[in-house]
Amino acid sequence: MATASTSLPSAGPASDSRALLSRLRDGDEIARLITFIFAATVVLISILLVLELWHDSALPRHKFGFAFFRTTTWNPIEGEFGALPFIYGTVVTAAVALLIAIPLGIGAAIFLAELAPTRISDTLEFFIDLLAAMPSVIYGVLGVFIVVPLMRQFIAPWLKRILGFLPLFQGPAYGVGFLTAGIVLAIMVIPYIISVSREVLLSVPSDQREAALAVGSTRWESTWKVVVPFARSGILGSIFLALARSLGETMAVAMVIGNDPKISASLFAPGYSIAAVIANELAEATSELHTQSLIALGLVLFLLTFILNGLARILIVVTSQRGAGTARA
Amino acid sequence: MKRIAVIALLGLGIAGILWADALSINGAGATFPNPIYSKWFDEYHKKNPNLQINYQPIGSGGGIKQVTEGTVDFGATDGPMNDEQLKAYQEKHGSAILHFPTVLGAVVPTYNLPGVSTSLNFTGEALAGIYLGKVTKWNDPLIADINKGVKLPAEDIVVVHRADGSGTSYCFTDYLSKVSEEWKTKVGKGTSPNWPVGLGGKGNEGVTGTVKNTPNSIGYVELIYAEANKIPYGSVKNADGVFMKASLASVTAAAAAAAKEMPDDFRVSITNAKGKDAYPISTFTWLLIPAKFSDNAKRDALRGFVTWMLADGQNYAEALSYAKLPKEVVAKEKKALANIQ
Amino acid sequence: MNRRLRWRKFVSNVMLTLTGVCAAVSVSALILILGYLVVRGGASINWNFFTKLPAPVGEIGGGMANAIVGSGKLLLIATLIGVPIGFLGAIYLAEFSGHRMAFIVRYSADLLNGVPSIVIGIFAYSVAVLPFKQFSTLAGGFALGLMMIPITLRSTEEFLRSVPNTLREGAMALGASKWKTIATVIVPAAYRGILTAILLAFARVAGETAPLIFTALGNSFWSPGWTQPTASLPVTIYNYALSPYEDWHRQAWAGGLVLLGLILIINIVARGILARGISVSRS
Repeated sequence: MATASTSLPSAGPASDSRALLSRLRDGDEIARLITFIFAATVVLISILLVLELWHDSALPRHKFGFAFFRTTTWNPIEGEFGALPFIYGTVVTAAVALLIAIPLGIGAAIFLAELAPTRISDTLEFFIDLLAAMPSVIYGVLGVFIVVPLMRQFIAPWLKRILGFLPLFQGPAYGVGFLTAGIVLAIMVIPYIISVSREVLLSVPSDQREAALAVGSTRWESTWKVVVPFARSGILGSIFLALARSLGETMAVAMVIGNDPKISASLFAPGYSIAAVIANELAEATSELHTQSLIALGLVLFLLTFILNGLARILIVVTSQRGAGTARA
Repeated sequence: MKRIAVIALLGLGIAGILWADALSINGAGATFPNPIYSKWFDEYHKKNPNLQINYQPIGSGGGIKQVTEGTVDFGATDGPMNDEQLKAYQEKHGSAILHFPTVLGAVVPTYNLPGVSTSLNFTGEALAGIYLGKVTKWNDPLIADINKGVKLPAEDIVVVHRADGSGTSYCFTDYLSKVSEEWKTKVGKGTSPNWPVGLGGKGNEGVTGTVKNTPNSIGYVELIYAEANKIPYGSVKNADGVFMKASLASVTAAAAAAAKEMPDDFRVSITNAKGKDAYPISTFTWLLIPAKFSDNAKRDALRGFVTWMLADGQNYAEALSYAKLPKEVVAKEKKALANIQ
Repeated sequence: MNRRLRWRKFVSNVMLTLTGVCAAVSVSALILILGYLVVRGGASINWNFFTKLPAPVGEIGGGMANAIVGSGKLLLIATLIGVPIGFLGAIYLAEFSGHRMAFIVRYSADLLNGVPSIVIGIFAYSVAVLPFKQFSTLAGGFALGLMMIPITLRSTEEFLRSVPNTLREGAMALGASKWKTIATVIVPAAYRGILTAILLAFARVAGETAPLIFTALGNSFWSPGWTQPTASLPVTIYNYALSPYEDWHRQAWAGGLVLLGLILIINIVARGILARGISVSRS
């Protein structure tokens, strides 16, 4: 950490020898303690959440065990529950969403931060922030009325014509499905990527840009090879926000994914996601096993987020370049 | 500047806490009767300005759960509580929960067949076959034979059902279980059945929207939604062999047949009812009111409301496409009010 | 000008134009959505909308006044919970913590962020509703506050880190203690980003429906105080959108428009009031 090297002598290993009380009188130690408590609260809340979910999902855990992850049946009447189709749907829709949102979002952020005049950049930013505020139910309804017919009548046939040799784009297209949900999700998470990336890009000191230009790079080269890597960690942070949102988005996905708990290779096929099934069935779940299985799904999503976050971080560390700002996990 | 803001905030907070003169009762449950309930509670509030009955449509299961937990004063459900749920309530509260039917509704098969403008006929067998995934084409004999004279296309049927758990699904699958042994064993009845085929729409609105936008599709929705959105819906063959189209009269007829054998706790299924005028996919919807109240004011308020609902309230039903309760049921409910203590 | 340079310049122009296209696509999605809302709901925005309680279907003149006030109260509580934890936690991460603790806190925040809003609702239900046997505004605010934490924390941390070390070192060289440096130099330098982070989190929870259904429930009347169920814009919009009535649909669109309008106003006001501080130079 860069700041560690510039801390005052009074805060650090040397202070261990002083009594706790006299250390507390030092403003820095108080600040550290207070901020530590708040940071620890975050960890505490996450742990409490997991505990709560664990406790409320006891029935299916005892009944199904690890088979819960492998089974594909979801039958509330018979009392058989399996998580696999939902895991699949969650991962696929999030992947589609990020594949669309990341390039678009970073591109737009670069444009707004580097090229657009300040006025335009700020105005557009206002409006893009509004996208983040839209209730997800409105995204869902708009998805149903605009994206679904578009998909069924134009996008799907076009994709089939061009890329129909891939199993990804085969099969009947009803308009709802993985791809539609992915597109709607992409629109929902783009504001996070643009908003945060733009701010981070703006905060890159201009001497970095100027230095690159001074040695003869083009505008693009200075942006892509110098400025963006400098802002890398912030941009990646925004992608984490986007990933989290795509995994957990409930209402909008429930309205356009087709709500069919099946695994299909085709992106046009209807599917189901964890958040969507919880939203759809929790309020009406009649048996205790049903309710607890839904909560178990919530736990599975937690686990999924845990794993995906971990994988992403490993990816960052592996591809991190030296000298591109501070490399952090 | 800051000081003014702090004082303003404090003032708002205090004002908020002090402002509590009316008696507030909270209820939650089924979405299907939400339009008529919101009308009723509004009208009743106009008559009793010091009483606010707040009803929120969170779903039948939610209504059952919350009234059992005690977080709301009363619940509402499209599908009656089963014995297990009744027992759970009894164990938690030491007293019973009572069902009070309020209005009747119907579930209709709606479809989108370009080129077909007449109203189609369906039998229970045909509907079960479609939703089981065995009847896959519109011109299948099961459908064609009962719709002679209609040119049905040789297209695949796109099946649409409810994705979210719902009383509508409960009513529909309850009917299918009665008319198809195969459906009963393979799928059964419930608010969230494991549908063999089909797309899931969210809410009645989701199903309506999907059917409207998907050619050659079929779905099931509540009568109100079909009428409000002006989508075509078919007639269904009832237990007496007559093809009935859902209407307020045919739904009330289905209830009247059941009224004679109505159990004391009002938990009854009226799908596939006898009677040549009966519409076979009909259902009561119920208020769930605790038998014992600790707060006398709330008890009296709810008793008063149900009394009004059974009399004047019923007159609002038809305008909103709900069928009135048959008078035998009303009489029985009036007597049952005494059970609320 | 040699061939290589011409090629690089060409690539530069193409890529920069592409970024413009990306921005155009992103913004046009917004324009489309806004346009749809305005066309479908604009007509329903009238004085009644802001002042009247919801009317049952078929009666005109109803409004969403209680939902607007309810959302205001909920968001107030959410901000009071979410911002301090997120902001101060971020300061810890950026300025004080060691590697291991930072990793744990960041990971936890990302996990919390990925939890479906409905699961947060269930958690808040068990913690803030069941023990009191009461749906309430406080419980709803609590759920929303939980959701604000991770976004505020992660984004604020990034912006604090992006403040160049030269500023820190300068302050230290002048003899400022660490917390003084943070309070008077680093935070003001990053204030724009921090404000963005807070407003982003605020905007996110302002539109959330699922957690409120299990905590604040909803109310067709005014909600007195903080311990009764309350109406909110997202939940009312949700109920209306999924109903069969055209009149309620139009009100749902109008509600969406009003929600966006309120966020926009808060954005403008917040940036306006807090427009001060060191401006980090940009090209």
